[in-house]
Amino acid sequence: MSRRLVLGPFNRVEGDLEVTLDVADGRVASAQVSSSLYRGFEQILLAKHPLDALVIVPRICGICSVSQSAAAAAALADASGLAMPPNGRLAQDLILACENVADHLTHFYLSFMPDFAREAYCGRNWHAAVESRFKASVGDALKEMLPARADFLRVLGYLAGKWPHSLALQPGGTTRALTPTEVVRLLAVLREFRAFLETTLFGDALENVAALADPAALAAWADGRRSDFARFLQIADDLGLAGIGRASDVFLSHGAYGSGDRHLFARGVWCAESATLPAPFEPSQVYEDVAHAWLQGSTAQHPLHGETRPLLGEFSEKPAAYSWCKAPRYGGRVVETGALARQLVAGHPLLRALVAADGASVKARVVARLLEIACVVPAMESWVCAFVPGDPFCQQWQLPDAASGVGLVEAARGALGHWLRIEHGKIASYQIIAPTTWNFSPRDAAGVPGALEQALVGLPVGESESAPLSVQHVVRSFDPCMVCTVH
Amino acid sequence: MKLLWLQASGCGGCTQSLLGAESRAGVFAQLAASGIELLFHPGVSEVSSEDALALLGDAADGRQPIDILCVEGALLRGPNGSGRFHLLAGSGRPMIDWVRALAARARYVIAVGTCTAYGGINAAGDNVTEACGLQFDGAERGGLLGEDFRAGAGLPVINVAGCPTHPGWIVDTLLLLEQGRFTAADLDAWQRPRFYTEQLVHHGCPKNEFYEYKASAQKLSDLGCLMENMGCKGTQAHADCNLRTWNGVGSCIRGGFACISCTEPGFEEPGHPFMETPKVAGIPIGLPSDMPKAWFVALAALSKSATPKRVRENSRSDHPVVAPALKKSSPK
Repeated sequence: MSRRLVLGPFNRVEGDLEVTLDVADGRVASAQVSSSLYRGFEQILLAKHPLDALVIVPRICGICSVSQSAAAAAALADASGLAMPPNGRLAQDLILACENVADHLTHFYLSFMPDFAREAYCGRNWHAAVESRFKASVGDALKEMLPARADFLRVLGYLAGKWPHSLALQPGGTTRALTPTEVVRLLAVLREFRAFLETTLFGDALENVAALADPAALAAWADGRRSDFARFLQIADDLGLAGIGRASDVFLSHGAYGSGDRHLFARGVWCAESATLPAPFEPSQVYEDVAHAWLQGSTAQHPLHGETRPLLGEFSEKPAAYSWCKAPRYGGRVVETGALARQLVAGHPLLRALVAADGASVKARVVARLLEIACVVPAMESWVCAFVPGDPFCQQWQLPDAASGVGLVEAARGALGHWLRIEHGKIASYQIIAPTTWNFSPRDAAGVPGALEQALVGLPVGESESAPLSVQHVVRSFDPCMVCTVH
Repeated sequence: MKLLWLQASGCGGCTQSLLGAESRAGVFAQLAASGIELLFHPGVSEVSSEDALALLGDAADGRQPIDILCVEGALLRGPNGSGRFHLLAGSGRPMIDWVRALAARARYVIAVGTCTAYGGINAAGDNVTEACGLQFDGAERGGLLGEDFRAGAGLPVINVAGCPTHPGWIVDTLLLLEQGRFTAADLDAWQRPRFYTEQLVHHGCPKNEFYEYKASAQKLSDLGCLMENMGCKGTQAHADCNLRTWNGVGSCIRGGFACISCTEPGFEEPGHPFMETPKVAGIPIGLPSDMPKAWFVALAALSKSATPKRVRENSRSDHPVVAPALKKSSPK
């Protein structure tokens, strides 16, 4: 017996998402992931002054705002061959890291954990404690996490003026030089944030968490520990979250923090099945397909030559289309991106071991995000110490009459790329591939489903279920950002 | 009071900003303690899918009373007036229909952010999505709900404009409504709460001495005033950004970049590159609010000629290079 389920709106994902499931014999037989909003930023950017992109692109997304700025700044710098001074690099990395870490925290506490506080899990021995701690909008954890997050965002108050939507990130660095006093204040802010993480989220020193090297060490570490991460691990084992959510098991990272060939987390593409060293990322292998999107055009394009023209009237003339999202592919393959991909490419032994055992999963994605917090905050402390007040923070950008540039960064949710062409001193083309465009892409021209579409297949669906929780866990494990997807 | 929050075509940044509201136990605890119950918020609430649609349906039909409707994001009327550019997922129905139905039931309607108030960044360029605000289309009255719309309690849409909104602007507005201390007289001509728009971004600007002497930044990261060259509209923009501060310690100008006047309708298409000041004969076109041009030109010339060396040199550096002189006697 088969039936069709249409799920939406998905709460606690950023933006609007609809998922259609065909269920047969109690399992998901196929899934269609649809972005139901079109925003048109790539059209808005045309004919603008190139630096105006720094005003426009952050407003694609209020949660990945700085990531969009950083990608635009990198693309503009690439177009003019500009390098930024060390202080500017440190400031940009700190700004981006602050947004990414805050996003991981927001995802865990606001978006992901509240699903385990649902009434449906009331028979589990962990439910009562999880309900009082994580119940959506009223759980006790929010009373600790939201103030800690707000205090942590003071890093952006100092370095970027405000968040979201800052103009501090520029092709040549940042607009705000720090004084020596502000350097020590930033350290104090980070010290307080570290205390919250070590007390509440982890129940251990960040360095000890970052050093967990294999699943046995993780299990031993979590055993009997009172912390929010340990609570999640207990739930994950009880519900088998390591066994659901596998997608293509090909992982892409643009490389995070630092620049050129010196990233804190390396750039590359890693395949679980070969389990070897990551392959270098070749930007020429990226293209976007619109076969199943409500967009005009039919041939797949490299983003430097791509265009975005929405259907305006006859949607029935393209019956195969079901999303405003394009289908990006890397060398023809469906890839997954995000914190898990970033840590797999970077070679974190625990994540490599988890994925070697079970493939990508709900559990591995959440572990990767939290582990990354433990890795990045100590790095942020070291970057603050590396500032040299008095040295420059920003080089001046010169407008080229004609040029092209690529900006590749890592947002919290994964690989974000901006491709721009400048002609006659104006933006002639601007194409963006956001992390969730990769993860939540529709089928391509060959009919190959996107990463989430693959990850949902095979999930059990009970007779009476209309919005299975396992489906919701898998969807939210990607930490999707639909407003970026449909820029 | 029961609060229902919808997200239309926006970036979600006003919600992200709101999460950073200053409060010892976080914004949700603060609202709850003030008698504001969060009935539904797409980024926060537990319900999903059919449960969420049922709740929204009940609210649209009047079975579930709503006191405050907050809408975040522009309203997309395209293509060709169909609203097809944004269907609320799972419902097959344009978001603009949902917003019309829910606004008709709410006692108060708040447009959260400039997108929702006027169209905002969505309406930039050719406005291919036919984006507009709830009761304005740019600076024109009308928008999705029409000029004559009044919510149940008799007020027009309250435009808490800003891109994004400061968390304090939202929280203060909600608390004033809950206390019954907000009337039509508290709205300015753009229907924004006067408590934050009857001030200028210029007020409390940390670059005030540079402004006084027209000691202007020549390039990005310079300490000098951003008005003459860098596109700053702080002397004209309506908001209290430099009195309230953002993320504890910041603001756009404190961050070293221009105020782009994001609380005003039409800020998204200024008619010049955002980070350059448009000028005629060397004089900025956009003069400080309430300042006659002749006076501005005369004062600017005079103050430039009187600029102390310290102020001039510091204005062209990214950190102070000359300290204020110590006087031999205490200041009088």
